[in-house]
Amino acid sequence: MAIAKVMGIETEYGISGLAVTDFNPVLASSLLINSYAGTLRRIRWDYEQESPLRDARGFEPVQERQPVEEDLGLANVILPNGARYYVDHAHPEYSTPECLTPRGLVAHDKAGERILERSLESVERILPPGQRLAIYKNNTDGKGNSYGCHENYLVDRATPFPRIVRDLTPFFVTRQIFTGAGKVGAEGSREGGRGVAYQLSQRTDFFEAEVGLETTLKRPIINTRDEPHADPDKYRRLHVIVGDANLCEVATFLKVGTTALVLKLIEDDLLPDLSLEHPVQALHEISWDPSCRQTVRLRDGRRVRPLELQWEYLDHAKKYVKESEPTPEHVEVLQWWESVLSGIEEDPFSMHRELDWAAKYRLLQAYRERDGLDWSSAKLAAIDLQYHDVRRSRGLYHRLAESGRVERIVTEAEIEQAIEDPPEDTRAYFRGRCIGRYPGSIAAASWDSVIFDTGADSLQRVPTRAPLRGTREHVEALLDVSETAADLISGLQGGS
Amino acid sequence: MTQEQKRSQRKGGGDGDDGGDAGQTSATQKGEKLKEEMDEILDEIDSVLEENAEEFVKSYVQKGGE
Repeated sequence: MAIAKVMGIETEYGISGLAVTDFNPVLASSLLINSYAGTLRRIRWDYEQESPLRDARGFEPVQERQPVEEDLGLANVILPNGARYYVDHAHPEYSTPECLTPRGLVAHDKAGERILERSLESVERILPPGQRLAIYKNNTDGKGNSYGCHENYLVDRATPFPRIVRDLTPFFVTRQIFTGAGKVGAEGSREGGRGVAYQLSQRTDFFEAEVGLETTLKRPIINTRDEPHADPDKYRRLHVIVGDANLCEVATFLKVGTTALVLKLIEDDLLPDLSLEHPVQALHEISWDPSCRQTVRLRDGRRVRPLELQWEYLDHAKKYVKESEPTPEHVEVLQWWESVLSGIEEDPFSMHRELDWAAKYRLLQAYRERDGLDWSSAKLAAIDLQYHDVRRSRGLYHRLAESGRVERIVTEAEIEQAIEDPPEDTRAYFRGRCIGRYPGSIAAASWDSVIFDTGADSLQRVPTRAPLRGTREHVEALLDVSETAADLISGLQGGS
Repeated sequence: MTQEQKRSQRKGGGDGDDGGDAGQTSATQKGEKLKEEMDEILDEIDSVLEENAEEFVKSYVQKGGE
């Protein structure tokens, strides 16, 4: 029986310094994050591995912490909305809190963009005059360097991993027709990429393997990282690295909504074998053809367009939702999924209100026509980059959104709320509310713990191993009556 | 594959409907409106585009991440 899909998105943002001498992206990312976090930066990330598999509502005393090597003073903060905002390699990274619905995740993903935008505004005040930072929600610098936008999904440990690989690979290879964020040209030295003017995905040029653990070289379509941040006997956290960072809300909504549904189909073993003969090659070839007509060969010998595989997944998903209890979330995902596939079927380039690659393509084409530009023109590359600028005043996606030229899934009010408040239906609620309510009494936190310093002899860790415990329903009443963190701890000890 | 067939049929039918003078006139009007809209978008984007595209693109170099 399929389990609830707790999900999150981690985005590494591109960062550059304009007129900044000796620009250091690591320090700049740290400065950026700290300028937003203010005093919250005092709360550390808890790297310590959870040991025994105890109930999430219990608590245990914590040993004196050893200094952690990764924690070299670089920004790494946990926000009152339950998100983690930190420096990863040479990028600012925003990991949304755990969400239970695609719509909730869209709001939190958008909240991340706004937080980056606000951080830029704060950091501008402390930079020397004339210098500024620029932040992009994209996945490549166009020169062969890629940075990721990863998705995470809670999956039943009982589901055999080979089945996940078999049934998810053809889905991932073809979903780029709606998840692609679009890119001028191709990167890498593949023969088929030569002469590609524009492609669907920012990321797929960087993928070389079908399955593997890597994320920085020989990137695989299915990543095998196995770090559930939850009870490993019950759960797997499927770490997805093959997606693009999206700005269009419909694209993000579909990316996570359809993937979550397909994972449920896989858990219930409801999909036929749709294996591709050469998945990696198919991934590239599909991306290189924005007309979406490129066919790829299945292992059973059929040659199909990416749409045909997507229709097949959609048919199975519809049947599944109809036969299980249809939830409003599932119904909304199915409606958008069908509507976008229909639109692509009629004319892929007409999907500029829904999909990033099509929105960007339309702009580029208009410039090409008006200014007589060749695809190799620097101006088009600049437009490609600036499409992803997080500033609503300058980012080209945001200019389109502001003038009502893209479809929205969530309201500005929902985004504003997600900047401040955690989701109510996962453990992120407990984490975020604790950070918001008792910031001075929290020493550290992580996905699966909150560590309190209430002035007692030892720190006290509250493990949050169960992703669906610590919700508003579970802990709001206790938080409301707990004036201080010490009250909260004794309330938890009393067991409620 | 039932949806796939439905889609193909709808697409085929649509192509046939586009013939005739009335269709062409409205297509021209639609084209003009579209062009007007695009001009408007480009005007706005011109006003926010980074200056010196070449330098801007050249200087954007990232370290890999993940």
